Amino acid sequence: MTSTVDSTGAAARPTSARPGGAQPAPTMPPAQRPDARIGRHRIRPVRIVLGVVGIVVALIWAFPVYWMLNSALLPNVVLQSTTPTWLPFGGSFDNFVAVYSGGTFLPALGMSTAIAVITVVFCLFFAFLGALAISRFRFRGRKAFVLAVLLIQMLPAEGLFIAQYKLMGSLNLLNSIVGVSVIYIAAVVPFTIWMLRGFVAGVPADLEEAAMIDGLSRTQAFLRITFPLLAPGLVASGVYAFLQAWNEFTVALVLLQDNSSQTLPLWLRGFIQASASRATDWGQVMAASTLVAIPVIIFFLFVQGRMTSGLVSGAVKG
Amino acid sequence: MTTQNPVLAPAAAPRPPRQPRPRKKGRSTPYLLIVPAIGILILALGYPLVWQFITSMQKFGLAQQFGQPPEFVWFDNYVTLFTDPYMWTVVARSLAFCLITAGVTMAIGTLMALLMDAVHSAVRITLQISMLLAWAMPVVAAMTVWNWLIDWRRGVLNSVLTGLGLDFQNHNWLATPLSFFFIAMVIVVWMSVPFVAFSIYAGLTQVSTEVLEAAQLDGAGLSQRLRFIIVPIIRPVLAIILLLQVIWDLRVFTQIRLLQDAGSIASETNLLGTYIYQLGVGSSDFAMASAVSIFVLVLTVALSWFYVRSMLKEDDS
Repeated sequence: MTSTVDSTGAAARPTSARPGGAQPAPTMPPAQRPDARIGRHRIRPVRIVLGVVGIVVALIWAFPVYWMLNSALLPNVVLQSTTPTWLPFGGSFDNFVAVYSGGTFLPALGMSTAIAVITVVFCLFFAFLGALAISRFRFRGRKAFVLAVLLIQMLPAEGLFIAQYKLMGSLNLLNSIVGVSVIYIAAVVPFTIWMLRGFVAGVPADLEEAAMIDGLSRTQAFLRITFPLLAPGLVASGVYAFLQAWNEFTVALVLLQDNSSQTLPLWLRGFIQASASRATDWGQVMAASTLVAIPVIIFFLFVQGRMTSGLVSGAVKG
Repeated sequence: MTTQNPVLAPAAAPRPPRQPRPRKKGRSTPYLLIVPAIGILILALGYPLVWQFITSMQKFGLAQQFGQPPEFVWFDNYVTLFTDPYMWTVVARSLAFCLITAGVTMAIGTLMALLMDAVHSAVRITLQISMLLAWAMPVVAAMTVWNWLIDWRRGVLNSVLTGLGLDFQNHNWLATPLSFFFIAMVIVVWMSVPFVAFSIYAGLTQVSTEVLEAAQLDGAGLSQRLRFIIVPIIRPVLAIILLLQVIWDLRVFTQIRLLQDAGSIASETNLLGTYIYQLGVGSSDFAMASAVSIFVLVLTVALSWFYVRSMLKEDDS
């Protein structure tokens, strides 16, 4: 238990397997993998019907996203009509211009970006060190630390935000970038440690040792050999932390009550609130939502696979 | 560990213990490495947790906000809370919402996964792209879109239903609690199904084709193959995902809060999360808000225990 880096343990671990607890699916060559294994031998009409059902379901599921883009590109005059315009007859960027010139978008963008960047940098640094500790060392208290990491990531923000509000109030950090960032880093670090743990374990300690025999110091060996191999893991975790900070609503709602310190989600919420009392310029709201969503959708496509497998890896492995 | 890879064992055995690392120096290294993470967790989660626990046993309202020292009342707040019929209404509402939403999500997610497994790959990819879009949407942006879809004046939902000959002209979906929660459920399901479907689909791809074909040759019908081969193999995945859904749906806050913003009576639509918000931020009753928070935390930890245990198994391997 108390020995440090267990090189034999690391060697016995099949090193090719699953960096980052990667895709649970066994990789069958595509040619061998029939498209439909359950209904394979049944008559074709069933498959055609299922295919049609699949397309219809796909269209329904994507509809809200389509509707956001469609409305964002339509001039408000068209949206005023009670009959919806189904197809993108728009192509008018007036709504985006209106959002931009409203004057509140850029400050919110700045606030969100600052918080997200701070969260990513600190979270990656802290989590990387933590992941190194639990995957390369066996030490007294390791089990307790892993348990704490796993439990903490399940704690709901809703169960703690009142106390965090009081804490930040007493530290004079309400409505500040630092206050929110501290909470976000703590919220994201546990899952990031868990995600990085797999990546660190995937790089065999032997590689580092070989480099040290060749005359590198331990730090050099780590920086030149191990670190580059971890880059994909760090990118995936960084994107995950970024998305969490960028999208977070609950804590921001409580800690950033001042209008001048809104993040993008809070800024968007302003539009929903306004819609309750007066006629809303939905074209502008949808343009605003599009601006918030586009970077997220792009980043999300990067990390989706890792996130799924990180969350359920224990179960898939059985 | 060694049984997993018996080929390596004999090779490793005769090797003398390696000495390239300065072991003595390494003793404290792991502790130094976890200090930053532990530090921030204590500051941002640990301290608030302790404060909350103490406050939940104090009288801490508006007067205390203005400097009056809080009075220690032990479990009075909890007694008040659990004898308050409104609290039980909120708890029952939250549980009902959570279980129904999680159940519907699981059912639709499973059907989606089976559908993805059964159709031509072009259809499957279309399905996957469309679900990825829904999954990737930031929650607040998704909420603005849904508010626009169900807008009572010019929302597309009302106009489609009216077009079908139903009387939904100017129908306000958020006016009554029941339809409020129905809309909330639809939105949460829309957001959560992709994760469920992708995970179950990943599990389904592990079911070997040979076994399924052999069962079919032996005369097993579709339902028998599902029941005796597919479900047992993907059961661990199903259990974990169901658990995660229950935990996540129990603490649903953003969707409810933002639907309330769009114009509905908060006291009729509060779930646990929004109730805490109303107590703490709305009426500055920090003691009661803390007591409800502690209740939610205890509930979550109890539910999470199984999940954490299965993840620990992963760590041991």
